Formats: sequence, C-alpha cells, structure tokens
Amino acid sequence: MNKVSRRDFLSTSATATAGLVIAFHLPLSGEAAASDFAPNAYVRIATDGKVTIVVARSEMGQGVRTSLPMILAEELDCDFSTIAIEQAGASTLFGDQTTGGSASVKTTWDPMRKAGAQARAVLVSAAAAQWKVPESACKTENGFVLHAATQRKASYGSLVAAASKLPVPAEPKLKTTAEFKLVGKRQPRIDTKSKVNGTAIFGIDFKMPGMKYAFLARAPKFGATVKNIDDSRSKAVPGVTHVAKISDAAVAVVGDSVWAALSGRRALKVTWDNGPNASLDSSDVSASLREAAKKKGVALYSSGDVTNAAGKRVEAEFETPFLAHAPMEPGNCTAEFRGTACELWAPTQVPQDIRDSVAQALELKPENVKVNVTLMGGGFGRRLEHDYGVEAAQVSKAINLPVKVIWTREDDMKFSTYRPVSLHQVSATVGADGYPTSITQRIISPSISRQKGTKLDDGIDPDLKDEGSFLYPAPNVLLEYVDLDTPVPLGWMRSVYASQVGFASECFLDELASAAGIDPLEYRLRLLREDKEIKFWDTTWSTARLRGVLKLAAEKAEWSKPLATGRYRGIAAHGCFGSYVAEVVEISMEGETPKIHRVVVAIDCGQVVNPNILEQQMHSAVVFGITQALHGKITVEAGAVAQSNFGDYSLLRISDVPAIEAHFVASTEAPTGAGEPPVPPLAPALCNAIFAATKKRIRTMPIFS
Amino acid sequence: MDSITLRVNGRDRQVAVSPDTPLLWVLRDTLDLTGTKFGCGVGMCGACTVHVDGDAVRSCTTPVSEAVGKKITTIEGLSATSTHPLQLAWVAEDVPQCGYCQSGQIMQAAALLAKKPHPSETEVLEAMNGNLCRCGTYQRIRKAIARAAGGAQ
Repeated sequence: MNKVSRRDFLSTSATATAGLVIAFHLPLSGEAAASDFAPNAYVRIATDGKVTIVVARSEMGQGVRTSLPMILAEELDCDFSTIAIEQAGASTLFGDQTTGGSASVKTTWDPMRKAGAQARAVLVSAAAAQWKVPESACKTENGFVLHAATQRKASYGSLVAAASKLPVPAEPKLKTTAEFKLVGKRQPRIDTKSKVNGTAIFGIDFKMPGMKYAFLARAPKFGATVKNIDDSRSKAVPGVTHVAKISDAAVAVVGDSVWAALSGRRALKVTWDNGPNASLDSSDVSASLREAAKKKGVALYSSGDVTNAAGKRVEAEFETPFLAHAPMEPGNCTAEFRGTACELWAPTQVPQDIRDSVAQALELKPENVKVNVTLMGGGFGRRLEHDYGVEAAQVSKAINLPVKVIWTREDDMKFSTYRPVSLHQVSATVGADGYPTSITQRIISPSISRQKGTKLDDGIDPDLKDEGSFLYPAPNVLLEYVDLDTPVPLGWMRSVYASQVGFASECFLDELASAAGIDPLEYRLRLLREDKEIKFWDTTWSTARLRGVLKLAAEKAEWSKPLATGRYRGIAAHGCFGSYVAEVVEISMEGETPKIHRVVVAIDCGQVVNPNILEQQMHSAVVFGITQALHGKITVEAGAVAQSNFGDYSLLRISDVPAIEAHFVASTEAPTGAGEPPVPPLAPALCNAIFAATKKRIRTMPIFS
Repeated sequence: MDSITLRVNGRDRQVAVSPDTPLLWVLRDTLDLTGTKFGCGVGMCGACTVHVDGDAVRSCTTPVSEAVGKKITTIEGLSATSTHPLQLAWVAEDVPQCGYCQSGQIMQAAALLAKKPHPSETEVLEAMNGNLCRCGTYQRIRKAIARAAGGAQ
C-alpha cells in the first residue's frame, strides 16, 4: 500500500495548469471537441456556447459538483443553470485531488476562480478585437460579451474559434467580492433530480460487459492470516466461477451474480492462523490508554508555563471509543486488469492514492493505472482508504476478468478502519475569580498517520495540528500529545481528533464555569474578551471569530431568555479546519434519557459559496454528532470488532432528530471548511445540557454506553 | 435455474434466478434497475425499499419467489417523468446529499401517502423510522413529505 499522509494534501494547494482536458471522466457531459475553447484544465466552451466545468474533487454528498463549478462560473460570468460538469479521475493536471479535511472549497477557491477569469479574459479579448474597441470598454454577463457604447453583444459560443487562437493570461484580473453575483447565493444542487429518480450511478451501480462479482473472506481477527482453504462447497454453488486467495488475509469468491458470489462466500471454509491479537478486548485497549498516559507526551501547543500557575487545582478525565464511518453505500470498486494496465471505477476520496497503491500491488507503472471516480454514497473519511480499490485490482488480476468487489454491511462494520480511541486528562488551576490561571489537556490517542506508515518527526499526529486547538487565551495553556500503538486499524473519520479534543475541553470549561457559579456562555465570552490571534501550527486563529459564533448561536437560541419548565440547554464551541462553530443544544429528560428538541448551530467559515449546501452540511454534521454522542461505539472482543450491522451500531433515526437551525457569519475572509467543523461542539453542548438537567457529568462517550 | 416471471413497473419480466435470491439483487443485477440500493442486507436501513402490491417492503430480505404474481414498483417506475409529488417536493426542498438512501426514502414515503394522503407528523415519523440517512437529511425529508402532502412546510 502506498503510504501517504492526509496532511500532505492539506498543505498543498492545487494549481491550474494550462492544457487540454485529458482526465478520464464519467459521461456527465459530452466529449471535448477539438473546436472547443479550453484555456485551462478546468473549463472548456463549445461553439454552441455549452460550458463544461471539470470537478477535481469527489462528490460524496457534500456538494462539490455544485459548489466548485459555482466558483469558476462566477468569474466566467456564464449561465450557471446550463453548465455541464465533468468528474475528473486520477490526473496530473489538478494537483492533489484528495477530498478530505473539509478542504475542497478552500483548496480549489483560487485555481477555480483563476480558471474562470482566464477564460473570461480571453473571450473579452476576442470580442474586443472583432469590434475594434478597447477590452476595458467590454463587460460580460450570463455567457455574453457586451459593448455598451455600440450596443453590441456576442455569445461566448460565437467567440470560441477566435478565443482559441489567443494567448491565455497567466494572472487574469479577479472580481472583488462585492462583484459576486453567484457566489454567496442559495443555488439548488445540480445533481438532485438524478438522486430522486434512481438514475444517479454510484460506484456500486457501475457495470461493464463480462463483469463478475466478488465478495472476500477477510481475516476474522486483527493480524490473522490464511492457513487453509476448503473451497469445495463454495465452488459447488451455482454461478460461482472462481475462488482465489488474493493476499495472506483475504480469499475472494467470484460469481456471475451478486447472489452467487455471496452464497459462495457463505459456503467457503477458511482456516485461519489467528495471529498475535486473538485475545484483545476493549478492556485491554482502555488499559493501554491508561498505561500510555504515564508516559511524558510532546507539546502540541504551549503558551506561558502551566507548571508555575497559582490557584486551586481541578482535574477530570474523558474517554472516547472507536467509531465506524458506516456510509450508506458499502465499500465497492470495479476493476479491469489488462496485462500491463488496469482501469478502476472507484467511489474514492483519493483517486491518485488508489492509482499508486494499485500500481504498487500489481507491479504496474502508475501511468498505466487509470482511476475513474464514481459518485459516492457517503464517505466521511472511509473512502480515504485504498483497500477496496486494491482488492478489486487484485481479484481482477487473479481471474483475468473485470470484476466488481462488494463489501456487505457486516464487512464494512468489521473490517473497516476506525476513529481511534482516546483518553483526555484535563486539568486547570483556578484563581479566586473562578477563571483559569492555567489549563492543560493531555491527549492520549494512537496516531492514525503513524499506523499508516508516516514517520512523525516531532512525535505528533499531523491531524492534531488542524483539529486539536484550544482557542481560549488563558494565561498558561499546554496541550500535550501521547501516542501509543494499537492493533486495531485506524482511519480518519469526519472531524478526526477534533470531536475528541473538543469534547474534553468544552465539557471541562463547563465544569469550571459551573464551579465558579458563572453562566457558561458568559464564562466563555469573558475568556475571549480580548481580540487575540492564536498561532496554532499552520493556522492563525482569532478569538474574535470564536466569540462571534458563540454570540450568534446564543442570540439565535435566545440564550438570555429563560427556558420552558423541564427544558435545559448546553453550549459549546470549537475551531478546526480553519472554521469556527458554536452550538446550543436544548433537551428535556425522560427519566434518565435525554430527548433533544433543538440544536442551534452557528459557523464562521469565511466566504460562503452556496448557503443551501452549507445548511445541508451543518444539518448533516449535527446529525452525525448526535449519532456518535448518543450511540457511537465500536468495541473489540477476542481480537475482532464486536459490531456487525445497524442493529448493534445504531445511527440516528428520523424520530429522534431535533429541529436544527443553521446560521452562518457573513464574511469575506477566504473560505474554510464546513463539512467537519460542526461535528465537535455537538457532544459537549449535549453533555453540558444534560448536566444542567441532572447535575451529572458525562465524561465517557457515548452517552448510552 | 427456473425462469420466473415478475411484474416490474408495469411490465412482465422473465428472469432466470434461484428462487431464494433476494428481490433486491434480481432488480439490480438481472433487470438493471440500480436505483434500488443495497445498504445493510438485513432490512434495517430501508435503502432497498420498493413497493410490492402497494406496500413498502425491504427487497433485500424478500426472496424473489415471494414477489411472483405481485405488482412490483421501483423508484424507476414511481413516475415516468420524475414528477411524482414526492419527487417534486424532494427537488423543491433540495433534500439529497449523497443521495444513496433517497430512493428508499421516497418509496417509503410514497407508500404512506398512497394510503394516507394527509398523514399526521407522528404517522410520518413512524412510517419513515426504518429508513436511515447517514448524511442526516432528515429535516428536509420531513419538509418534503409535508410539502407533497399539501401540509404546512
């Protein structure tokens, strides 16, 4: 497997590269014609005026097929309602195409704007030359170049031939934010109709002639290996065509249909060598966290000197479990091995990594591996892994036929990668006024990146640098990280470590406020009262912006007004992936059980591209946050994951969904993430509401454990 | 394998599959009706919901043999022009995110509205509680059903 750091892409911004579009794509639009005007890899305009915009990120529900083209269309001044989009596969034209880290808008903002502005500038040049007027006297609007003085008007399509012969400016003039007509306005998603009539083709729906179906029997314990295969009963199942060992830890059963392959896998007998982890239980994992906690950590962030602070010492410990992503579309990938080449149709967040991992696994040249990106039924980080792509390629090679590998839900639950467990030792010294003179959080959690092969030069998991911030400027602050090993496969799940660090710090702040007898909102606002910048690795955070979302959420939730009898609320805020979010959760208690009635969520993610999609993302993150706060728990029994399907890994259902009110701060700051940042504040806001109702502190996730 | 005749979206279709094959895989693999989705295989998520004689059923746990002689409707057959009131409401509210569960959500809601054109909120929640959405589109689903049922938004 190709080892990559998720952070590699977070710090790499894509750059527009001039050249024709050669990325393979799904047939969402017509093929590029030689007569098209294609000033860069992101856009081309046909002689009939049709604008095709290339999306070099993966659509998994977060709306990139709508929001990214909007950025380009804004600068191009074309009619957004008539554009076609094209999904880029693994390419060399778009920089890092990883979809993750809530970074799609952030990292494509500059290149998409520039690409649109380049096309517009050349079209204006072409029209101005034809009319023999100065370019500066021309305007563009809705797919036309206009010259007001002579009342002339030329459609983009009519200018394509002339524009294709002109040079493309390297640094075209961009609009000011005040000139935006499309960006910042609610736009419907362009893929909605296909998702309400069954025509949207997801990875699992892709078919090709002669394609077989495969399910894999995988190592039933972490680190187990194949000892012996008895495929006699499996091969006797009608429609089963092949049984093939594809690695030390997986045997593929291949058939003419899904049901044949699935029935064949059920009939397969594999004897396994259980390996070194066969007795591992969740209690061992928990004990290993406590053992690791005895070690000295490395400083993730330090300000002042926490060892020298005076005041009353307060401390608390928080713990979070493993979690599974459980996207609705189970893992799958289609591959066709062709001797010295391989082509894949992959629902993936990392087409370039899949390309490289498949090349490595099959000993092919990366340029001979073609990865097409399909629509995805959710991602949440699960499709940052390469496993399904590599498996499909290996099976195709083993049988020398095209094949679609499908994971069942049980496979997805048991053989996934998991959000790591964590232990948080939080302590403070508190002055006579009830406010902290120092705050320390020790984060003990296995490093995802290190387990995947990234060397941690400074001993710190790189994701913590985007997610582990503490933005309240107490006089002395220390965040310390302690890494440890685990045999449980780890993965990046929506908001990664932020949901854990934020849970611990925001619950703890609530404890301090409560001990001081001060309203928890007032307590936070006082800590944030001065405008300060907090430099945390690559991000410069602003106390003013965190204060802004707290105030916005509190105002919309009418924090200053008393609640109805029997209602209670809690508040929390966190900054991650460059964005700031605050949430107010309102509950009642039904016996011991909290019932969530209302969640008010406020985000500051800089310039908003499409408020419609931003609202969807906020709803989504709140529901994701409630699911994990109430129910989310993967446990380990005898070296394997104990959960197997939605019966023992519950997701929030419609009857338990509260009213969600989403608000955002109007801003012209550069855009930052929206998909993940609203996840972390939910659990602490909910736990703080439960404390308001019951005077009991919840320090272990999930609440129903 | 015997040939089985199924009545799907108003047409008789001949399929050669073993009778224990779940209806889901016959629809998806044999008949190329991939709008119906596989989510859990045990009837717990609702992504595979289709109508059999007007009832919303989980096609992943329905053997094809049980659907013989009955009227099967999938998302592709809900409306020839994608203009079922629920489909229009889903578009108006811009419900889908990833979209994977939405065929099942719409088919579940369609079976409810066919029997109960103006359901109460409780009836909507009861009917829809078996359909999971990991993207969390639930709030807009409720609004879309209310819109299609002609109720308050």
